[in-house]
Amino acid sequence: MISELHLPWMELSILILLFGAIWIRMTHDRDTAYRRCLLICGLVFLTTVCEWIDFESLNTFEARDHFNIFDWVFNNDFFIIDELSAPLLPLAALLYLLTVLSTLKTKGHRFPFSSALLSEAILLATLSCKEPWGIIALLSVATILPYLEIKAHHLSTRVYVLHMGLFIALLVVGGALSHFGEAGDSISLTAGALLTTAALLRSGIIPLHCWMTDLFEKVTFGTALLFVTPMTGAYAMVRLVFPIAPDWALQGIALVSLTTAVYAAGMALVQREARRFFCYLFLSHSSLVLVGLEMATPLGLTGGLCVWISVGISLAGFALTFRSIEARIGRISLVKYHGLYDHTPTLAALFLVTGLASIGFPGTVGFIGTELLIEGAIEVYPLVGTAVVIAAALNSIAILQAYFRVFTGARHTATISLRARTSEHVAILILVALILGGGLYPQPGVTSRQHAAMELIRLRGAVLNDSTHPSDPNIGVTDLTETSQPLMKLHEDQ
Amino acid sequence: MNSEAVFHFLGVCVVLSPALLLALFGVTSLIDRPIGERLMARATQTMVMIGLFSSIAILGLMLTLDIRYVPIELGNWVVIPEQHFHFHLKFIFDRLSIPFCILSFILCGTIGAFASRYLHRESGYNRFFVCYAIFLLGMIVSSLAGTIETLFFGWELVGLSSALLVAFFHERLNPVRNGLRIWSIYRISDAAFLIAALMLHHLTGAGDFDGLMGTGSWPDGHATISEQHALLVGLLLLVAAAGKSALVPFSGWLPRAMEGPTPSSAVFYGSLSVHLGAYLLLRVSPILELSLTLRLAVIFLGLISAIFGTLVARVQTDIKSALAFASLTQVGIIVVEIGCGFRYIALIHIIGHACLRTLQLLRAPTLLHDYHTLENAIGSHLSQKPSLWVRVMPRRYRIRLYRFELERGYLDILCNQLIVHPFLSLFRMCDGLERRWTNFLSEGESRKSDQIKPHTESLEEYL
Repeated sequence: MISELHLPWMELSILILLFGAIWIRMTHDRDTAYRRCLLICGLVFLTTVCEWIDFESLNTFEARDHFNIFDWVFNNDFFIIDELSAPLLPLAALLYLLTVLSTLKTKGHRFPFSSALLSEAILLATLSCKEPWGIIALLSVATILPYLEIKAHHLSTRVYVLHMGLFIALLVVGGALSHFGEAGDSISLTAGALLTTAALLRSGIIPLHCWMTDLFEKVTFGTALLFVTPMTGAYAMVRLVFPIAPDWALQGIALVSLTTAVYAAGMALVQREARRFFCYLFLSHSSLVLVGLEMATPLGLTGGLCVWISVGISLAGFALTFRSIEARIGRISLVKYHGLYDHTPTLAALFLVTGLASIGFPGTVGFIGTELLIEGAIEVYPLVGTAVVIAAALNSIAILQAYFRVFTGARHTATISLRARTSEHVAILILVALILGGGLYPQPGVTSRQHAAMELIRLRGAVLNDSTHPSDPNIGVTDLTETSQPLMKLHEDQ
Repeated sequence: MNSEAVFHFLGVCVVLSPALLLALFGVTSLIDRPIGERLMARATQTMVMIGLFSSIAILGLMLTLDIRYVPIELGNWVVIPEQHFHFHLKFIFDRLSIPFCILSFILCGTIGAFASRYLHRESGYNRFFVCYAIFLLGMIVSSLAGTIETLFFGWELVGLSSALLVAFFHERLNPVRNGLRIWSIYRISDAAFLIAALMLHHLTGAGDFDGLMGTGSWPDGHATISEQHALLVGLLLLVAAAGKSALVPFSGWLPRAMEGPTPSSAVFYGSLSVHLGAYLLLRVSPILELSLTLRLAVIFLGLISAIFGTLVARVQTDIKSALAFASLTQVGIIVVEIGCGFRYIALIHIIGHACLRTLQLLRAPTLLHDYHTLENAIGSHLSQKPSLWVRVMPRRYRIRLYRFELERGYLDILCNQLIVHPFLSLFRMCDGLERRWTNFLSEGESRKSDQIKPHTESLEEYL
């Protein structure tokens, strides 16, 4: 019997967003749309925080909403949160809130407020969903909004459509095949491989990453940021692949992710434009998250989950700083030095803090997560740990290089003040407070992620061994049989 | 109040004073409410004094009570009991850390006082002191670290502040480029350090220096890991130390670091930061005892660096660079002393050299004035006798050696040719391939960013 939250927080959040999207669609004045969007995002952030607090008070691994409006429709427990997704929901809501908050008037008519709310609703639904077909459907639907925006800008959609079309096809075929397979047979292995490829594609693993850079080129920075930063590819990996994949498959995924992390870090160093630079930086970090997730050891998985949160917070702040700079000078070339420090000293400081947090600089939220991740990697393969360190080192060089290019090296002359506006300042400061707060007092966050990691490993062990040993922390690590069960059947059994 | 509580209180004061200084400067900068010059100088002076007197008090108490080892336990920062993982916050006061800690406070205090006047009304005054506070905290944490992870924590702070201070005059290109160069080298050495720390954690089950060095406080401890592991971890730590102390082949960053303002040059590259690598080797010296190969590597690296430093220092045309390479010579000798097992001599050498070099660097700008005054007074250049080398060495070799020295051993050129350029070329080629691929998929130009133009919206909308 699954525990119940005291109120239907998840459904409430999604319904507020859906009605809000309609409300803003009917609003023609951009300033009014901005204010309404901000109000709705704030409200949703509060509901997701309440949901998290409510969930924590239950002291359980998973819970569902108290009233089940959606469950009557789908005749199933459609929305269930657990220790993995509980903090991801407020994080996602915060990301949307701060993105909207830091949107300047100059970008107001370009940033699609209504679509943003719709995509937030889809995202929150995805993160609240454990039903495989639900996840597949929501992940597929989420790809439509960026497509519409590229189309609206009259730019080529081919790169995006080809990749996302393949992504949806792989998801659907993989999901369908898993109904027909038996444990360990070739059909179920094929299904698992297809679902894995889909999740990797959505995460931007090389060589299937070009859609992501293309997206950053063609939609607004805000839209691109909100589409990639919540790392729904990693979420799909945890929900659809991690429980059923044999060890050798997870190690293969970790290796591919590691290659992407190093490659993307190297690519970030040679980018000539800020958005592409950010995209590669993000790719490198999100791949490191996958490395942790696929190690399937308690330490590595805990590290991966910690880095997931820390990267979400820090790179969001980093991107918002970039976006604020872009709002002032247009698309930012990284070939020349802009020397903006004297005009925007606060943004420069925030840029540095958020950037350094993403690489796990001491005293920031990413430090302990990165340590755990590397230690977990060294436990399994010392060389993998070394490669993670190399990727982090390259990323840190790329970040400081970008800082120097944007803020130093020249004297920038401007006819008006370019200082950070209060809304931008507040948005990024909130993230900085989280970065430093989480960095100086990391224990609660680590404990929460460690519980989630242990539970995921226990479930995985239970699935693969068909028996559970909750007391054994090494289950799923040492005595896993190399079998895999069809995903859908597994879910039906549960 | 027993002695343990007094030690704990004083120990916390030592660590907390630079932390509070950084919090004050950092938070006010982040919220865009920078404080005035006078208040910054006062705050710096107060915190340095608190830290200095607390550490002197600890030293006095230790001498009085005949205690050689005082651990200050601040508990676990993070602990995962099931996985036997803990990040232990522990600071130790012993015969190595106390002198280094007091030295850090004295020199940083001197530099703080000097900089408050030297940088008066400089636009980057606030920025300098933020970086200064980061550096001071990093140095104190590194000096007193009781676990290798804590040492890494401080180590990273020192690296960041160094890079930012080198790029202090950031409206010019050269300081910025040099700052990035230094950061890159530091990151390589930090990567080696991190891997070493985690290897150590993995091998000993904990990052405490106690676990690493067995019983006995510094310098009497004996490491409890095998010779092979000691060699592996020791070599990684040697790379880390070489990066931080500008030993060969990482020496290229030292003269570049002189792009920063005089106060930071003095405190970073003359006295404290450049000795941090040597300090690390001193701290883990029990590991060196386990492996002869490792000791020989340390001696060899120190010797090469010392010879390189002394040769290159002779042809430098600016005083700061000459002092930088002179520092390298001394650091090389210190590393040789560590390799030979002369730990106390190395520690005394560090302290003496740090004080001397700080004063030399602070004096450097006015020295040139005095030199010119002297020349004006006698009406000609001061006479210089040819050295023994010039008299003995054939001209052909002299020219070759001169060229080698002038090019600083071709280290930067080799680094660029063998590492940087191939690396960047490879990724630029990949970038080109990606462009072709997305162009092919798009059936046309796919990169909007290739033609970056300023946007056309009205900037007045900000107002």
